[in-house]
Amino acid sequence: MSAQMDKRRPYVRSMNSWWKRDPFFVRYMVMEATSVLVALYAVILLVGLLRLSQGEAAFNGWLGALESGPSILLHVLILVVFLYHLWSWFKVMPKTLPMIFVNGKKLPADTITYTGVLLAVVVNLIVLIILV
Amino acid sequence: MADTTKTIEIEVLRYRPEQDKEPFFQTYTVPFEDDWSVLQGLQYIKDDLDGTLSFRWSCRMAICGSCGMMIDGKPRLACRTFLRHYHPNKLRVGPLEHFPIERDLVVVVEDFIRKLESIKPYIIPKEPRKLEQGEYLQTPAQLEQFRQFSGCINCMLCYAACPQYGLDSKFTGPGVLALMHRYNADSRDGGRGERMALGHSEEGFWGCTAVTYCSEVCPKDVDPANAINQNKMGSAIDYFLRFVAPRGAGK
Repeated sequence: MSAQMDKRRPYVRSMNSWWKRDPFFVRYMVMEATSVLVALYAVILLVGLLRLSQGEAAFNGWLGALESGPSILLHVLILVVFLYHLWSWFKVMPKTLPMIFVNGKKLPADTITYTGVLLAVVVNLIVLIILV
Repeated sequence: MADTTKTIEIEVLRYRPEQDKEPFFQTYTVPFEDDWSVLQGLQYIKDDLDGTLSFRWSCRMAICGSCGMMIDGKPRLACRTFLRHYHPNKLRVGPLEHFPIERDLVVVVEDFIRKLESIKPYIIPKEPRKLEQGEYLQTPAQLEQFRQFSGCINCMLCYAACPQYGLDSKFTGPGVLALMHRYNADSRDGGRGERMALGHSEEGFWGCTAVTYCSEVCPKDVDPANAINQNKMGSAIDYFLRFVAPRGAGK
């Protein structure tokens, strides 16, 4: 047994740059990275809330800062990232739900994804209509 | 075989522990026909070109789960992947990622087998019945709760697709966790409590970060990512419930 074990020398491969190995992993990492900008935007909104609590002038200052060139550029970038975040979030959603059966048939993953996306679009439109 | 005119270059990752410091690619030129699988290409190499090449195989029909390997970087069964898809380009064949290489295309599977045993992958009857009481009955709806997850052939392609397992092999991994769910979801089974101490842990369902590549590569459409992630909600509820109503561990 030991003589046999001596011949064994299992080779462990490195995991360096593992996410570059497959386009699937790259998409996963991009999906994970979008959450950084989601968090950043949450901070921007929280700062707005803080400024609101500090009075009208402070809040107007925050609004003014949002209208600057770099801020608008950042918002366009965040919007694009959010759209990908939205899509990838609902793409994973079918994996996180228990199996749903409708008339004895399993609800297809795509139906769950598209329903989620549609719902998100409708909710966003309603919010836009209320705000504008 | 001698009449075949088409040839394909197969680059095989070789590793012979008694003489090689590290793995290296060796190229073989293999004559083939359109109905040849990658496995048949490897068998041609072993029989006619180089008898020292090692790889696992058995059934040749995608049910034994032995011939999983990386084919052009993707975890695939060599017996259900065809050489014609790669021709006229060459293709690269390597051992399954994330497992230590034993020799050539053979990987060390002890860790997987130990994990498989640890989750008690068999029905632990909820209510033991005597033979004269007849069989355990199950409705089609109850069957559907686990049927998909019972298709696993232990080929370990999902492990080669799971970076979480590659980065930290303490993670139980997709295939075994999917089987855990398969037995937990079976209406005849009463072993959930015995299995869930592991399921609820960091090495269990929570080690998964929903990369979901496991489900893409599964040759049997088991969808391990779904089996794992649908448990997180229940696991989270269970975690908070224990503060309200303490129960036995892992119930």
